Amino acid sequence: MAVANIQVSETPLVLYALRRADDALILGHRLSEWCGHAPMLEEDMALSNIALDLIGQARELYGYAAKVEGKDNDEDKLAYLRDVRQYRNLLLVEQPNGDFAQTLVRQFFYSAFTDLYWRAMMNSRDATLAAIAAKSEKESAYHLRHASEWIIRLGDGTAESHARAQGAIEHLWAFTGEMFAVDDGERSLIDAGIAVDPATLRGRWLKTLSDVANEATLALPQNDWMQQGGRSGRHSEHLGHLLSELQSMQRIFPGLTW
Amino acid sequence: MVTVLDSELRQRAWDAVASVVDPEIPVLTIADLGVLRDVVLDGDQVEVAITPTYSGCPAMNMIALEIELALERAGFHQPKVRTVLSPAWTTDWMSEEGRRKLRAYGIAPPQASSSRRALFGEQAVACPQCGSDKTELLSEFGSTSCKALWRCMSCREPFDYFKCH
Repeated sequence: MAVANIQVSETPLVLYALRRADDALILGHRLSEWCGHAPMLEEDMALSNIALDLIGQARELYGYAAKVEGKDNDEDKLAYLRDVRQYRNLLLVEQPNGDFAQTLVRQFFYSAFTDLYWRAMMNSRDATLAAIAAKSEKESAYHLRHASEWIIRLGDGTAESHARAQGAIEHLWAFTGEMFAVDDGERSLIDAGIAVDPATLRGRWLKTLSDVANEATLALPQNDWMQQGGRSGRHSEHLGHLLSELQSMQRIFPGLTW
Repeated sequence: MVTVLDSELRQRAWDAVASVVDPEIPVLTIADLGVLRDVVLDGDQVEVAITPTYSGCPAMNMIALEIELALERAGFHQPKVRTVLSPAWTTDWMSEEGRRKLRAYGIAPPQASSSRRALFGEQAVACPQCGSDKTELLSEFGSTSCKALWRCMSCREPFDYFKCH
């Protein structure tokens, strides 16, 4: 049943687009797992809608990565025919949904970052990335509002919801550092005005988190030890399981179309 | 040289394309929505530029197909549809006519987008059924990417609100 993995020539710009595409696809897929299982109908629709936005963003970014690479790859091959070690997403987004609090805390950490990140990327010297940013920025702002309201409701809710939200924050905190990490290739894109230096966003990201956490009566961890690896393909055991589901049709029936 | 004939031809192409409706909100044409950005005529070849409402909006593929069909029916062969992302679509591009049609269809039209960034900002959305402003948000997300679910406290009817974006 196997179909061979594609090879990708990861120049700095290809890799840059691919990493952000992988973030959006994997988180979008995780959220889609709630479809039909969310605690209430409104949230079922909310999480599916957010998943749709993220998968839409992933498609634009994959399309651009393929175009820049200029080989035989396209958005579908990039999504369906790379194995775990070729995926470049943040460890944060591949973490399992857990309970509702864990899903929303993961979403909150990510959206608080992408809200700032895409707004800054609207000034990228790369016209395509700037255009994708202008689209994604609006969606991220909405996602952040949704997640923030839930963090407050859970944190300032019952003893049970508070404990779950606090537990999720502590569990996921160590995966947030990777959002601010930069390697040599990305540094060259930052210097060229194509990419944004994420370090410049960290202060405002923390401010968003602490404002919401305060209102939610939740505490942010002081611990600053951070786990990394996703950006270079060293993933947790969870991603392989996710991909086996996401890719199963294209692996069994190569080139399948609807 | 642009001739009268060319501008008539372009108008005919524009009219054909502008009549295509959103498959999810069939009272709105893509011109009302602001999704239709441009129609360019090169000889007898037509190229249409559209912009997506939301990144993942599944209606876009359908809209592109409907545009091609509309142009073929109007006698323009092998038209091209191009997606442009920039400038990003905003509900501010929705026409007054579009807003009126939405309200008549039972969907509250989008407000001006200036308040969008207010993280916990209060919004006042008038009920499209009875006009009351005693309404409340039920869910930030609705049946499609572009809508939220509200309810009217006066006439007790739930309604869709076309989110400002």
